[in-house]
This record gives sequence, C-alpha cells and structure tokens, in this order.
Amino acid sequence: MLTLLFDGIAYGMLLFVLAVGLAVTLGLMNFINLAHGAFAMAGGYVTVLLMNRLGVPFLLCLPIAFVATAAAGALLERTLYRPMYAKPHLDQVLFSIGLVFMAVTAVDYIVGSMQQNIHLPAWLQGRFALESVGIGKYRLFIIVVCGLLTVALQWVLSRTRFGSRLRASVDDPRVAGGLGLDVNRIFLLTFAVGSGLAGLGGALGAEVLGLDPTFPLKFMIYFLIVVSVGGTTTITGPLLAALLLGIADVAGKYYVPKLGAFIVYSLMIVILMLRPQGLFARASGK
Amino acid sequence: MSGNVASSLRADARWRPWEIALFAVLALSWWVLPGQALLLSEIAIVALFAVSLDLILGYAGIVSLGHAAFFGFGAYGAALFAKHVMSDPLIGMAFAIAISALLGAATSVLILRGTDLTRLMVTLGVASILYELANKLEDLTGGADGLQGVVMAPLLGRFEFDIAGRTAYAYALSVLVVCVLIARRIVHSPFGISLQALRDNRLRATSIGLSVHARLVAVYTIAAAIAGAAGALLAQTTGFASLDVFDFHRSAEVLLVLVIGGTGYLYGGIFGAIVFKLLHDLISAWTPQYWNFWLGLFLVVLVLVGRERLIRPHTWWRRASNNPAVPLAAPSGEGRP
Repeated sequence: MLTLLFDGIAYGMLLFVLAVGLAVTLGLMNFINLAHGAFAMAGGYVTVLLMNRLGVPFLLCLPIAFVATAAAGALLERTLYRPMYAKPHLDQVLFSIGLVFMAVTAVDYIVGSMQQNIHLPAWLQGRFALESVGIGKYRLFIIVVCGLLTVALQWVLSRTRFGSRLRASVDDPRVAGGLGLDVNRIFLLTFAVGSGLAGLGGALGAEVLGLDPTFPLKFMIYFLIVVSVGGTTTITGPLLAALLLGIADVAGKYYVPKLGAFIVYSLMIVILMLRPQGLFARASGK
Repeated sequence: MSGNVASSLRADARWRPWEIALFAVLALSWWVLPGQALLLSEIAIVALFAVSLDLILGYAGIVSLGHAAFFGFGAYGAALFAKHVMSDPLIGMAFAIAISALLGAATSVLILRGTDLTRLMVTLGVASILYELANKLEDLTGGADGLQGVVMAPLLGRFEFDIAGRTAYAYALSVLVVCVLIARRIVHSPFGISLQALRDNRLRATSIGLSVHARLVAVYTIAAAIAGAAGALLAQTTGFASLDVFDFHRSAEVLLVLVIGGTGYLYGGIFGAIVFKLLHDLISAWTPQYWNFWLGLFLVVLVLVGRERLIRPHTWWRRASNNPAVPLAAPSGEGRP
C-alpha cells in the first residue's frame, strides 16, 4: 500500500518535471504546445544513445540530456515558435501536432521503432525495505532529483530577479514589456529551460515510462492533464496535479487494471467541469 | 435597412454555379472513374467527417481534438448493429446516427465552459475514454484485434456490396450529398447565422439575446450525428471496425483535411479530403512508412505560411488584402476564444 503510494509519488514527480516547461509556455505566452513531449523524447534518446553506443555513465548523461534539449528548444523557439504566439489556438495546435508527427517519424527513421532499454548503474538497481515498505532505489533517486529540482525552481521563481521578471511577464506581457523588460528574451530562456527539464525528465523516465518513438503522443495527454488541472499561474498547482495524477494512475492500474487509463481521463473531465481554470488556479485567472 | 440585411443574408444562401458543378462532378465520378471506387469511397467518408467538423469548428468556433470519438462511436455502433441485430445498411446507418447524436448531446455539456485549452482537453479526453473502452471491452468489440466479420445485407435489398466497391461508393456518395445538403440548409438558416454570430463575438451574441449554450449543444449534436454517419459508412463499406477509428491520429487528420480545404464555408471538407487522400496515395506509394513525416512538415509549413492563403492562390505573391471576388469564402474566425 505504502509502496504503491511511493511509486505514485515518484511517477508524479517525474510527470511534474516533464510538464513544468509546458505550464510556463502556456501561462506565459498562452501557447498550446502539444509538441512538448517531443523534447522529453529527445532527452531520453540522447541518454540511451550516449549510454549504449558511447558508454557514457548515466549520471553524466543527465546534464547532457538537459543541455542538448535546452539548446534544441532555444533554437526552435527562436526560429519556429515565436511567429506562432500571436496566431489563433487552432493554428498552434496544428503546428505543434505537425512537429510531433515529424519528431515521431524522424526518430523512427533514425533509431528504429523498437522500445529502448536503459542499463542503470548497479547502485540504482534493486529495492530495499524500510519498515516493510519496499522502496525501489531508482524511484528514490527520481524523487530526490525531482524534489531538488522543484525546490530550485521554486527558489528561482520566488527569490531571484529573473523569477520576478518572469512572474511579471506571465501576469501581463504587455505591461511587463512597457516597463522595459525584454519579454522575448525572458521567454526564450524560459522555453529553453522548460525544454531542458522535459529532456531531463525524459532521460530519467526512460526506465520507468518506457521509450519508443510514439512517446510524445502517448504522454501528450498526461502532460496536458497536469497543466490544465494544475493551472498555469503557479508551479505548486502543476506539482500537486502531477502528484495526484501519478498516484491515481499507479493505484488505478494496480487495483483495477481492467479499467486502464479510464479513471484518469474521467477524473480529469470531472475536475475540468467543476474548475475550468484548473484546480489550483487563482480566482482571477487569465 | 432590415430589408437590405435580409436580402444580403438570402444572397448568401443562393445556389452558386460552382456548387451545382461540384455536386454534378461528384455524381459523375461514379460513372467516369469506376476503377477508383475504393479510393473514392475513402475520400467521400473523410469528406463527410471533415464537413461535420466544419460545423463546429468553422461555424461555431469550437476547437476539438477528439472528433474521432463520434466517428468511432458510429463505426462501432454500425458494425455491432450489423453483427448482432440486423444487417440492413440503411437501418444500421440510422442506428449509428442516432447513438452518435445521443453521445454528442451528452458530451456537449462538457464543451460549454472553459477556455480553448479546457475544450481541447475534454474532447481529447472523451475520445481517449472511448478508445480505452473499446480496447478493454474485448467481448463486445474484439479489443485490439478489431471487430471482424461484419457482413452487410444488400443495399435497399437489391444492390450487393461488390468487391470493386462500386455499390459502396454510390452509397457513400449518396450519404455525403444528403448530409451536405442538410448541413447547407442548417448553416444558411437563422440558426446557422446565429452560430456565426456567436463564433465571432460571443459576448455580443449573448447581449442581443441569443442563447449561446442551447445553440452550441444543438450544433455539437448535429456534428456528432454526421460524424457518426461517416464512421458508420466506414464500418459498413469495409466490413470492419478497429481501435484505429478512435485514435488521436484520426482526430488530428480530420483537422488537417478541413484546414487544407478551408474552414467556414462547408465545402472545405470535400476539397480538403480530395487533396489529402490524393497526396496520401502519392506519398505513401513512395515512402509508406514515413508518410507521417511529410504530413507533419506540411502542417508546420502550412501554418507558418498562413493557412488562409492556401485556398486563395491569388494571394500567394502579394500581401493579403480584402478581395471581394472570392466566392463565399467568408473571412473565417475560427479559433477565436
């Protein structure tokens, strides 16, 4: 029972790291980016290829995955995404679906469509028991890494100058721009970090979530659930939503495997009906 | 003044020569291209599906990522009906339309509230739930293997569904034409015009006394019914229904089809389906496995260039400006919150 809860928390933390970039994109530029999962997949593949073909150690792969996807995100933001912000949502949806299709097929073409396996270092494998609660070492590792990241993110957002600029831009990009903030640059940086985090999440999650070319499509709805249920105005909202989703999904699949993802989707619809702005949105949401 | 308004609204509803020509060409295609009947049926089905999406996207401004829910519901409905109750295609079609309309009415309450994102999520969620259901209820739907062995009785008790697909094409074409005529009548009615009013400015539409919710429920139900008809056509003409009908891919594809043809003038779905299926045929013959890549690239370029320009070739070499010579292609306001 507690093991289940533990696994659910690990899963939820992972989802949070994967989706937090999406929350910022959506909150800052009101841009619906369905291609967010593609960055996560990129991070996962960078890690798998580096480890399996070049023998780079796992811990070193994680920062590389972050940097590589952040760079890719920055490049794409500057070239392709920026003209999209002013367009209607339909255009954004079409555009990002197009990107997903391209990413999925490109990976299929380059690497192949089989499931990729990651060989964790020995010290991360196995489980140990803590007062009869079985704890997977790797899950614990995920929780620790993601927890540190969350704390760091929260600190950056609430304590640093960049964080207050970002919050100002989220609240009202036009006024922020009028006050002399370079909203475009703030957004470029945020987009890059968000993509990088997705890439890192993809690298961490390759073992837990599985990694094959359809990854962005399979998890797209999960990321969107985290963001739409959690709201885009804070990062605690998506965090709680991700934890809720992780626990509900793990518990649901364990207790009633026949229903599959059914519970999660129904729960999402019910929540969105009751709170269209998300569970944890501030009352005066955009 | 009101006389002018009324006559200008009536002028919109008048039959144009090219509309009549389009229907004539559709009818002629049955005699002229007998060898292509299978491909043409596919086009007709996709066209019908896209027309149904146009009703909610182009006319009511609702962005849906889960329109395949109704398509698939109609397909499974028709297939199950043929298998367990009776195999007459027309009665099966009526059944499929009825249950899809019911599903549309039931889920329409979900799209009334919230922002574009909420609607995207909810429509996507409904389609995903149905996908999961069809996957898990193996006894009923055959699960991942699909529902096989659907045998249809002859159409009208007389015309057998042949292997070349000519009967199927005639059937698909008739359903398409009937549905488009009904949809045409609807969008030019006061109801249809009020839909466009609330698409363009919901606040203003409310303040002149239009009941926004009732209208959205109505149009969503109608669109669901037509999408169900398209799904039923697919199941009946191929004798097969699989999980693929609920797939996200299908919802995305129909959006693309509609966008290629242009939204908000009803025929976009038909033109889009023709272009899309021919392209699909061409590219998959060349690179079957990686067709999706080109599809994605096409989408990205289309949006970057501006999808309005695709259906107006005369704007390709200059800056877009208002050109009154464009027939019926009213400035579309889809996607506005």
